[in-house]
Amino acid sequence: MQVNSMDLTRIQFVKSFVKSRYPQTIISVFLLAGFVLAIMAGFIGTPVGSQNFSIVFVWIAWWAILILVAVPFFGRGWCAVCPIPRAGDWLQRGAIIDPAAKKPNWLGWRVPKFLRNMWTQNITFSLVVLFSATILTNPRTTAIVLAAMLFMAIGLAMVFERRSFCRYLCPVGGFIGLYSKLAPFELRVKQKNICAGCHGKPCYNGSTDGAGCPWDVFPGGLVANTYCGLCFECIRTCPHDNIAFSVRPFSVEAATPTAKLDEAFKAFIMVGSAISYAIVLMGTNGMIKLAAYQVFSRGWFLNALLLVGTNFVGLPFLFWLFVRFGRSQRALNAKQFAMASSALIPLGLLFWVAFSLSFVLANATYIMVALSDPFGWGWNLFGTAGMDWQPLGSAYVGILQAGVLVAGLVWSAFVAQKTADRSKVPAWRVILFCLAVTMVMMWLLL
Amino acid sequence: MKPFFPLSVGLLALLAIIVPIQPISSVPSKRVFTVEASQYAYSPGVISVNPGDMVTINLVATDVAHGMYIEGYELAVFSDPGQSASITFVADKNGHFRLRCNVSCGAMHPFMVGEIQVGQNYLLVRAFGIATIAAIAFIVYQHKIRPQNASE
Ligand code: SF4
Ligand SMILES: [Cu+2]
Repeated sequence: MQVNSMDLTRIQFVKSFVKSRYPQTIISVFLLAGFVLAIMAGFIGTPVGSQNFSIVFVWIAWWAILILVAVPFFGRGWCAVCPIPRAGDWLQRGAIIDPAAKKPNWLGWRVPKFLRNMWTQNITFSLVVLFSATILTNPRTTAIVLAAMLFMAIGLAMVFERRSFCRYLCPVGGFIGLYSKLAPFELRVKQKNICAGCHGKPCYNGSTDGAGCPWDVFPGGLVANTYCGLCFECIRTCPHDNIAFSVRPFSVEAATPTAKLDEAFKAFIMVGSAISYAIVLMGTNGMIKLAAYQVFSRGWFLNALLLVGTNFVGLPFLFWLFVRFGRSQRALNAKQFAMASSALIPLGLLFWVAFSLSFVLANATYIMVALSDPFGWGWNLFGTAGMDWQPLGSAYVGILQAGVLVAGLVWSAFVAQKTADRSKVPAWRVILFCLAVTMVMMWLLL
Repeated sequence: MKPFFPLSVGLLALLAIIVPIQPISSVPSKRVFTVEASQYAYSPGVISVNPGDMVTINLVATDVAHGMYIEGYELAVFSDPGQSASITFVADKNGHFRLRCNVSCGAMHPFMVGEIQVGQNYLLVRAFGIATIAAIAFIVYQHKIRPQNASE
């Protein structure tokens, strides 16, 4: 469909890299070791967050790589190597490298239809945000959350078929999927007519060559990156060599927005949460910080109410006002609303980039310290344990953030133009909304 | 589309970036602030001075040890609980800068921030300017290519 994309699997090296299960498995096992270390450090290491491997590696190092590099440039690239579902995958398949046996090892139920959408992930992400002041700063809490994710992924893998945790529960997986629509990579079939005549559809149903799509996606019908986890199983199973993994321009999917309300709300939640983080975490008001930190206190409930209200009601309503106000003759249905809101996808992503820049660079020196002394026990493995805290690039971060926010606005305006034809919502309305929230974010961060 | 449109938009944006904004001149004076630091905020959280002022900050940690790192100026001061420590500098850089606690003072320590405002926040003014120019440019452009869609 896209004219200007280039199939990377035509390069022999890339082809063998994705055909084999070894590269992905090896990276993933390495990350799993780090993940388990983070859980351990959280439980047995120092309770001081900024000196504990769990906090420093998860919320500074991993988060920085995820939001500044992996998601914008590789979409679901993180999911391709994510350690969390790995053990569940192995159990499901009954093997580590080899493809699965034909018969499911466990219950293999299908996820009920009403849960097959992004709403649960909208809720799990919101829960993480509500508790984030403690999750981001307390090693124990981080360890509990990480361990819970690991065990839930394993548990769900034994009850439901395929990657049910990734698709429907993972708080991170939801927004990675939403933002992966912008990424300059895509996995698609080369020729749809080959799929139409293909017997048994092994890419979806599995074969002796590999598992049927773990993400419950039929590759032949792929038009968006959202739910393709880049596990590359279909490249391994397709007997017709009909799967391409291509580079493409950024955000080409924007021209064909999905009309799904669950995804639209994900976009609102992400924008609203970035704004609330800028207020709570990077603001100067100590009362708000304490309220967010003291879980289940009155202030916390107030904070939670405001956050949920803004993300699920306030912001969508404001957007609705912008796109609807004064247009008496034309109605606006939910599909048009959802399509018009896809301009918030690049806007939200770059809000998160800008917000993350305000603490990632400032706290990067903690990474060196935690590397040498992961548990905060006075070790000095690499001689960097005594490194002083020193914010990096603090003279330029503001300018960088301003640039990122302007880029987000321009990108969202571009998407608004592209989607206007389909949504029938005039682009200027969406652009004005984006300008307004961008100014709020600028005012908070700069 | 004629190249005139993108060129003029680019020129406007460039102007918004480079046009010099004349700081409101004021006679430099001596300014002294006592800032209390407690978990996880400074009080006052925001300090405003004029460019060129000689600024003294007396930092008093009231609960546990806290510090203050002044971004942009790259200066730091540290205070033990109940003690006061001070730092004096000439506010010769214009803009708004973050103050960050630089000693681990508890869970929320990485998010203990304040702000020092030296004159006007020109970065914000310029960012607003460019954002507005960009948004208007897109809207105008939309009207030019698809008037039937953009107008109502
Ligand atoms: S196995 Fe290949 S050809 Fe067959 S349906 Fe899947 S992608 Fe298409
Ligand atoms: Cu402090």
